[in-house]
Amino acid sequence: METLRRTLLRHWLWLAVNLGALWPLAQLLWDVWAGRLSVNPIADLTTRTGQAAIILLLLTLAVTPLQILGWRQVTVVRKSLGLWAFFYASVHLLIFVGLDYGFNLDFILRDGLPQKPYIVAGLAAFLILVPLALTSTRGWMKRLGRRWKQLHRWIYLAAGLAVVHYLWVAKIDLGRPALYAVLLLLLLAVRVPGIRRVLANRRRRRPALHAGSSATRPHPRDARKPVR
Amino acid sequence: ALAHAEPFASQQTDELGDPLNAYDEITHYNNYYEFTTDKQGVARLAEKFHSRPWTVKVGGLVNNPKTYDVDDLLRKFPQEERIYRLRCVEAWSMVIPWVGFPLAELLKEVEPKSEARFVRFRSIFRPDEMPGQQARWLEWPYTEGLRLDEAMHPLTILATGMYGKLLVNANGAPLRLVVPWKYGFKSIKAIVEIDLVEKMPVSTWMAAAPNEYGFYANVNPNVDHSRWSQATERRVGELGRRETLMFNGYEEEVAHLYDGMDLRANF
Repeated sequence: METLRRTLLRHWLWLAVNLGALWPLAQLLWDVWAGRLSVNPIADLTTRTGQAAIILLLLTLAVTPLQILGWRQVTVVRKSLGLWAFFYASVHLLIFVGLDYGFNLDFILRDGLPQKPYIVAGLAAFLILVPLALTSTRGWMKRLGRRWKQLHRWIYLAAGLAVVHYLWVAKIDLGRPALYAVLLLLLLAVRVPGIRRVLANRRRRRPALHAGSSATRPHPRDARKPVR
Repeated sequence: ALAHAEPFASQQTDELGDPLNAYDEITHYNNYYEFTTDKQGVARLAEKFHSRPWTVKVGGLVNNPKTYDVDDLLRKFPQEERIYRLRCVEAWSMVIPWVGFPLAELLKEVEPKSEARFVRFRSIFRPDEMPGQQARWLEWPYTEGLRLDEAMHPLTILATGMYGKLLVNANGAPLRLVVPWKYGFKSIKAIVEIDLVEKMPVSTWMAAAPNEYGFYANVNPNVDHSRWSQATERRVGELGRRETLMFNGYEEEVAHLYDGMDLRANF
């Protein structure tokens, strides 16, 4: 019974995350269809796909902290979240180069894009995500063994570059990119061994989130006593 | 010129043959941070703004300082249509049929003193009607400036209308500056104060980011913004990009104002 419950939960979680990740795309297509974009639609499409990519990168990076805090099942959605982040980043880049610049190399060079720091940061973030997306399969995981994990740690840099990219295109209202920067720093801080240990210990002292059925969970009153 | 009930423009294109942007495009895509940084959100937030009654104080280094009611300005100076390109510093642009009158005519009337070298403009400060002014990302009230010869240039107008109608709030009603060879942010909206001064005024954007926004802010494809390019632009209504023109296409009329000046240093 317990396994069935967990299996269902995993499936539901997976389904919910994948449907949720489709939401920005659905909303965008809906707004295009309903004519709700601004009169500068390319700017809207670029901003919104870029934001979706960054939010999904942050969510991908939130999986480990949630796990540390005791929500084990959440790992089943990490791969989906990462791939969706890559998807939105690809669309974002395609819109920029294809729709905005019409694949016009002359204009791209005239605007000096290869020398613009915000372009360098954004493109670097995307290029890092490419091998991560390509090696996201079980087969590559086995083939690369220990190196797989090392490779996939590059997501930290990709996320950092993506946030910097956003900070550098903002005109004056830094609210959103600054929020993403703070969230990213928090998500990375949680991974620092010392901080990670404190959080993990904290979890052991409390009833774990979603771990076990209520029957096996200790009474809240008992749980407050430290268990060593 | 302001009697038309429907949006009206005497021509369908600018002098370069590019079509006018639609009335709805111009009135629903606005950089007007006094309301919000969301360009699409300005129109709705600006609806309740009171642009009448309205007075403009013209003073400083002048012989005849005077406070004008905006409706008197409309009667006093013949209103003419000017179809201008507006190039935003964010690299998008529109073609807009403004209605207004040359700033020079107003300045001549107040008679600048010989020491006056610059003109300083101030927008209204009314945070209860302008929610963006409750935020501190810029210093309010919005301030802009022109050199006196730029202000006296026949292309420089005070706009009171657009498409044959009075300006809507989102476009800076009841009175805004339009300087077509400069980036859009120079064209200050909802003006309440015009002062002739001796020293170069510090504009709001200069104060906010001095390395990114200078006093002159002339449209120039060869001088980039510190973070992005100004060589190309996206014309609202078009797919793709087009080249940005020197002085936004008004080079013949205004280039002489900057003879011998290093436009890279005086950006």
